[in-house]
Amino acid sequence: MTEKDLPALGIADLQLLLRRKEVSAREAINALQKRIEAVDGEIGAYLSLDIEAAIKEADKANVELPLGGVPLAIKDIISVIGQPCTCGSKILQGYRATYDATVIRKLRAAGAIPFGKTNLDEFAMGSSTENSSVKLTRNPWDLSRVPGGSSGGSAAAVAADIAFGALGSDTGGSIRQPAALSGVVGFKPTYGRVSRFGLVAFASSLDQIGPLTKTVRDAALIMNAIAGHDPQDSTSLNEPLPDYAATLGNDLRGVRLGLPKEYMIEGIDPQVKAAINAAVKQMNSLGAEIIDISLPHTDHAVAVYYILATAEASANLARFDGVRYGHRAENPRGMLDLYGRTRAEGFGPEVKRRIILGTYALSSGYYDAYYLRAQNVCELIRQDFAKAFEKVDALISPTSPVPAFKLGERTADPLQMYLADIFTIAANLAGICGISLPCGFAEVEGHRLPIGLQLLGKPLDETRIFQIAHAYEQSTEWHNARAPIAIARRDA
Amino acid sequence: MAGPADLDVAYVARLARINLSEEETNAFQQQLGNVLNYVEKLRQADVSHAETTAHALPIFNVFREDEARDWFTAEQALSNAPRKSKDLFIVPKVVE
Repeated sequence: MTEKDLPALGIADLQLLLRRKEVSAREAINALQKRIEAVDGEIGAYLSLDIEAAIKEADKANVELPLGGVPLAIKDIISVIGQPCTCGSKILQGYRATYDATVIRKLRAAGAIPFGKTNLDEFAMGSSTENSSVKLTRNPWDLSRVPGGSSGGSAAAVAADIAFGALGSDTGGSIRQPAALSGVVGFKPTYGRVSRFGLVAFASSLDQIGPLTKTVRDAALIMNAIAGHDPQDSTSLNEPLPDYAATLGNDLRGVRLGLPKEYMIEGIDPQVKAAINAAVKQMNSLGAEIIDISLPHTDHAVAVYYILATAEASANLARFDGVRYGHRAENPRGMLDLYGRTRAEGFGPEVKRRIILGTYALSSGYYDAYYLRAQNVCELIRQDFAKAFEKVDALISPTSPVPAFKLGERTADPLQMYLADIFTIAANLAGICGISLPCGFAEVEGHRLPIGLQLLGKPLDETRIFQIAHAYEQSTEWHNARAPIAIARRDA
Repeated sequence: MAGPADLDVAYVARLARINLSEEETNAFQQQLGNVLNYVEKLRQADVSHAETTAHALPIFNVFREDEARDWFTAEQALSNAPRKSKDLFIVPKVVE
């Protein structure tokens, strides 16, 4: 194993070398740093790096720990003590986190080294990372396209081999959709499985932190470290923790997979449809029984989401007022002027739009028509899933109806951008777990663009989703494909 | 019944404490009008059998012992303050 081959490794493969003492944690970080310098000028995945602190930790790493000596990239909306946490927003320019999020504390306890913060749509609001007010992130498979979002920096870093693995957050698909568009694995845990303490809140009833990785096993390894009850997050679940990586196997005998007819709609790219159909056939050949099912309220999910998520965001983002941290407008004439100008100067257009929509949905006279109505329809969506899971163990669908779209293609029309999450949003509304993993490529304008397969599982049935995803992944070669820029810089 | 035509972006922006430019106000009025038109589809759903629930999983009130724990010092809490003095956040005068 030479230094130039190291960045392409996943977590489990790197650990093997670390434990055999063929590579040191310091060498892994040095190799990663060199590759970041060679690649990230074109990708734009990272917002900040703390290599010096990472090397200090690397030198005392205990590689026998579950993630001992493994450097990980962290979405810049999760607090890492002493590091910036911009949330992709001008309003948090210069801010430094004063504590570790629970997931970071747990990663450190497992031996992992958080070494850099990745780009995102401002406050995780978006599906392309174009809403970042800091910089643009490009898709490693085609630099003229988006990496997906909002965890686009984490997805692009893993896809470009400038991270061994990463953390993201998923409110309506923000881990799974960029994973699909960038050709990596992205896992959204059951709501409450992972503590949100230290994750800057967007929509508190929907947000979950989860891993973006090169393989399903790597995602399971990160989940082993970060899952579990936390007294500092009252919504975290106090339930037994399985070892997600221990039961991964290669066959799907006895597994019942549901194919929701509402997810194979018109408007799906034909190459995406073909890839999903081929994956279903493949899983069938591994022993899975395929059952047609219906989720009748699917068509309402995006509408429900943009009421509930914006309502919660309007309350959560009230804390950015220029008083305790972040940007403050110059020479304020009283408090209202301070608030109004601080927020006008600090927030980007999408964040302003969502705060206004959410404020409207909660305002006197409109609460019943929008917020309450959306809550009720949300319950119908949950019931759809509960009924489906009486018949099947997991659901299969595309993660995104289309492969990565062009930079700028959807920015003018917010509604078109919202519809990019049409297949991922319902899982957050229902609180269930889900994964996106590579299942093929679309050929578009001379580029190979990754296609993602989504598997959705029952609440707290993460183990089964990992088993199914791993069995499929290991029967294919999709996860071994590397983005052109990763190959070019390795061989440079 | 409320409808998309009721949205007054300039008024709601004042409630949300965001000073919008005229250009932003006009753009948002049109863009959010489109979103609210799309959201109209929620009226078609039959919600007569849907209970109102705020969370995906049954979580009830969560209690813990009322014990003091270590937390930020004043210095840490003030470390990102835009203006501070003598362990306090400095803000514009609120009352005359």
